[in-house]
Amino acid sequence: MAYSDKLVKHFENPQNVGTISADPNNKEVGTGLVGAPACGDVMKLQLKITDDGIIEDAKFKTFGCGSAIASSSLVTEMVKGRSIDEAMAISNREIAQELELPPVKIHCSVLAEDAIKAAIKDYQKKNQAE
Amino acid sequence: MNKILYFDNHSTTPCDPRVVEAMVPYLSEVYGNAASSSHQFGWDAREAVEQARIQIAALIGAQEKEIIFTSGATESNNLAIKGVANYFARNKGKVGHIITPVTEHKAVLDSCHALERDGWEVTWLEVDKDGLISLESLKDALREDTAVVSVMYANNEIGVIQPIAQIGAIVKAFRTEHKTGTLFHCDAVQALGRVPIDVRASNIDLLSISGHKMYGPKGIGALFVRRGRPRIRLEALIDGGGHERGMRSGTLPVHQIVGLGKAAELAKEDVDTGAIEKVRALRNRLWDGLKANLDELYINGSWEHRLPNNLNVSFAYVEGEAMMMAIKTIACSSGSACTSASLEPSYVLRALGVDVELAHTSIRFGLGRFNTEEEVDWAINLIVGKVLQLRDMSPLYEMVKAGIDLKSIEWDAH
Repeated sequence: MAYSDKLVKHFENPQNVGTISADPNNKEVGTGLVGAPACGDVMKLQLKITDDGIIEDAKFKTFGCGSAIASSSLVTEMVKGRSIDEAMAISNREIAQELELPPVKIHCSVLAEDAIKAAIKDYQKKNQAE
Repeated sequence: MNKILYFDNHSTTPCDPRVVEAMVPYLSEVYGNAASSSHQFGWDAREAVEQARIQIAALIGAQEKEIIFTSGATESNNLAIKGVANYFARNKGKVGHIITPVTEHKAVLDSCHALERDGWEVTWLEVDKDGLISLESLKDALREDTAVVSVMYANNEIGVIQPIAQIGAIVKAFRTEHKTGTLFHCDAVQALGRVPIDVRASNIDLLSISGHKMYGPKGIGALFVRRGRPRIRLEALIDGGGHERGMRSGTLPVHQIVGLGKAAELAKEDVDTGAIEKVRALRNRLWDGLKANLDELYINGSWEHRLPNNLNVSFAYVEGEAMMMAIKTIACSSGSACTSASLEPSYVLRALGVDVELAHTSIRFGLGRFNTEEEVDWAINLIVGKVLQLRDMSPLYEMVKAGIDLKSIEWDAH
């Protein structure tokens, strides 16, 4: 499949690969794990969020096609420095447009949007319980 | 190595330079119509065509009169299956029954589906985890109205070789015992030039041949139609000037046919001289190099009953399309859903019972006549490095290494 230069750049030099915290109870970090191995893509996105609700750091690990990996890499860049509300407002369309995803790959951007929301929800859940 | 390696020889093969050389004069010098029986131009063309027929027949142990030229194996498969079925239906005034495995090439599957729409019954044979059909279920499936049993010699994705001689014997014994006209068709495109093929010894009635899968040109193929009893009658798919004994009309593309003939001669040499063993050694070298450096690799399909040039392996926790992008300097293919328009993983791997998770991570390498040891070593190095990188990025690999059973997690399927 012919992909945009931006997508290939993110795939070949993915940004922010890794794990912020391996401790699931770490209250500073929200983790989103979305997708399914059977569907061919799983994204794990971790966000480190300050008490003021600003995303300080983001890291990902993704099993999936080139578009899924590039979408993950892109969202880690997009969310850093944003507030929780701003990050929640990121739509898959922005991701798809930025990477010029072909129609059959739109679901990768949906997954990336889901990963942000899941990570923030996890953070909120852990901090609400206090 | 600053070029793209071609490890996708199941998809197509480069035209051998000796084939090209043989073809060229038949474009501009010997340009006659092989059907022009009244002048020298026609005679010369006819002679070239008949020479090619001899070369192709020799590859499969047939007689030259048994070779019908077509546009390729898709047409050959269509002609064999629909041709037999349609003649059967016209002759008997009713539709009948067909047997074929679920792992056949689409040209066979879709020909059978088309006949199903005409009312034909099809028994779809399952395969085991090795990709092999069960001879018992074939015997059970045979019926007096079974017109054709179509089983490929070797699979195009996993290279698994079916027990062709035994299938041929079963069909022949059934036909003789029950006095039916049941025929055995075999799509042999992947096996030609890789394993010895003998249509007589294997009791094959119809056999499909493709030029471009054996270092010949694209757009040319052939169908072997056995002569002798019981007589095989095919209804033509293409009507016209009555070429090829009425089974396939259309002016013969002489240069293509000459190319196919030369390709068949070279394919026979590969098998007879043991040159194909060099390809097997390259394939084994690739597999040995990969498994020495990577864990959790899974071969798809039988290793024992496999073409010498095929390696179909799942790199667990690394999605196939991402893998292909990462190793873009190696041309190969994947059974991953993400490489198919349908977004479904390979139906062949699914038929083997390969977990859908693993099917997404499968890569097919097809080695060929023009690959070298140097290329294979270079490929091993690149693949190992990229798999390690992609696994480092894979949350699944991380989870498995942390002792988490992936099946225990409730994934949200999307």
